[in-house]
Amino acid sequence: MYPRVFDYVAPKSREEVLGILAQRGNEVKILAGGQSLIPMMKLRFANPETLVDINRLPGLDYIEHADGHLRIGALVRHNDIVRSALVSAQNHTMAAAAPWIADPIVRNLGTVCGSVAHHDPEGDWASVMLACNAEVVVASSASQTHFHPGAEGTVTTGGERVVPIQSFLVDMFTTSLHPTEMVIELRVPTHTARGGGDYQKLERKVGDYATVGVATSLELDEAGKIANAGIALTSVSSSNLKVTEAEALLVGEPPGTDVFAEAAHIAMNACDPTSDVRGSADYKRAVVRVFTERGLAKALAIATAS
Amino acid sequence: MNITVTVNGATHSLDVEPRMLLVDMIRRVLRLNGTHIGCDTTSCGVCTVLLDGTPVKSCTVFGVQADGREITTVEGLVHNGSLHPIQAAFKEHHGLQCGFCTPGMMLVGKALLEENPAPTDDEVRWAISGNLCRCTGYMNIVKAIQAASPAAQPVGATEGAA
Repeated sequence: MYPRVFDYVAPKSREEVLGILAQRGNEVKILAGGQSLIPMMKLRFANPETLVDINRLPGLDYIEHADGHLRIGALVRHNDIVRSALVSAQNHTMAAAAPWIADPIVRNLGTVCGSVAHHDPEGDWASVMLACNAEVVVASSASQTHFHPGAEGTVTTGGERVVPIQSFLVDMFTTSLHPTEMVIELRVPTHTARGGGDYQKLERKVGDYATVGVATSLELDEAGKIANAGIALTSVSSSNLKVTEAEALLVGEPPGTDVFAEAAHIAMNACDPTSDVRGSADYKRAVVRVFTERGLAKALAIATAS
Repeated sequence: MNITVTVNGATHSLDVEPRMLLVDMIRRVLRLNGTHIGCDTTSCGVCTVLLDGTPVKSCTVFGVQADGREITTVEGLVHNGSLHPIQAAFKEHHGLQCGFCTPGMMLVGKALLEENPAPTDDEVRWAISGNLCRCTGYMNIVKAIQAASPAAQPVGATEGAA
């Protein structure tokens, strides 16, 4: 299978990339790992006129810990996360999800930032980012107006802006990224010693989309009550679903099986899965309930481990 | 587009269309047909090659992305006319079966052993979980990869010399 003809450029600096985007952003797709984009181009679902390969850009493969966040650069591969001692220590939801992304060979090339920017509605990372309340750092050299639901357009004149994940993800394959912008970094809040997280995924075979995926994250306060809770679901709605109602229910409560069961029940009712080859809607809903309970229990076990 | 790639130690200057897939550049331009095409959809892993030593699915990389980089295909495993230990072990342990998935399995096995010289059954199975064997004969593939580990080298070396 072959994509349509396209121009290929492999700039060596961020300025060059942003310059190309400022000139002809509408025709451009950025190539990072390419493990979702290239298959879509081969199927001709994506037909960019210009492919800007950012793999030659120096200094974008960093994983850093700063200001209570993990900073994940645009060229960090899924397997970099799997192997990262820093991520295992600092964000348990990410650490749990990474080995479940695609298969080991795809993980060598595919990137975390690319996955979030691509926003396949069945992607795993977007749920992780929603559960953890991550932020997306985007860069541009052009002036543009941004519109967010319920807000006036804001004008930025290039540079970087930091977008909360919930306003970044708009709908399937759609983000609030402007055509002249590129994703530079993900900022994911770290777990403290009283925090924990998990990612539960059911897949038919390695490399398949999730039948159901559930990302969880918990932070306890000094009294042992839940200070922060994150729950987000994969593959059971038209897009990754953050279950804010269940999160709100947990905050302020002492953690435990009863309140987790209640949150899981809310998650089960909040999703809207479709029946397909991976299972019936009822089955998937049941798995959401079970995985949410298990994920919260695992997050709590990590948060309370000495 | 003009690119320069090093394949199995030999440097080539090529003029390829940007949309040419790496696997087709290897098979049709360089005529190295040891790398196979299976699903063409990033699933089966038979097109796996090493790009700067890292396994990638060459049906999901464009040839131009390899500009200035090093590729190892299954043909690159033979050294001075002798089988690479992983090839010798696949022969010894009947890991080939129909042979279609073998190039990918061997390259992934080689990369695994460089990172983890004595992998357990589970670690091997985890590492090859992006490679499908339609003979479903994973047992001998796992055995062969383990036998090729430096710990089991005498077997591989004997076979390699034969």
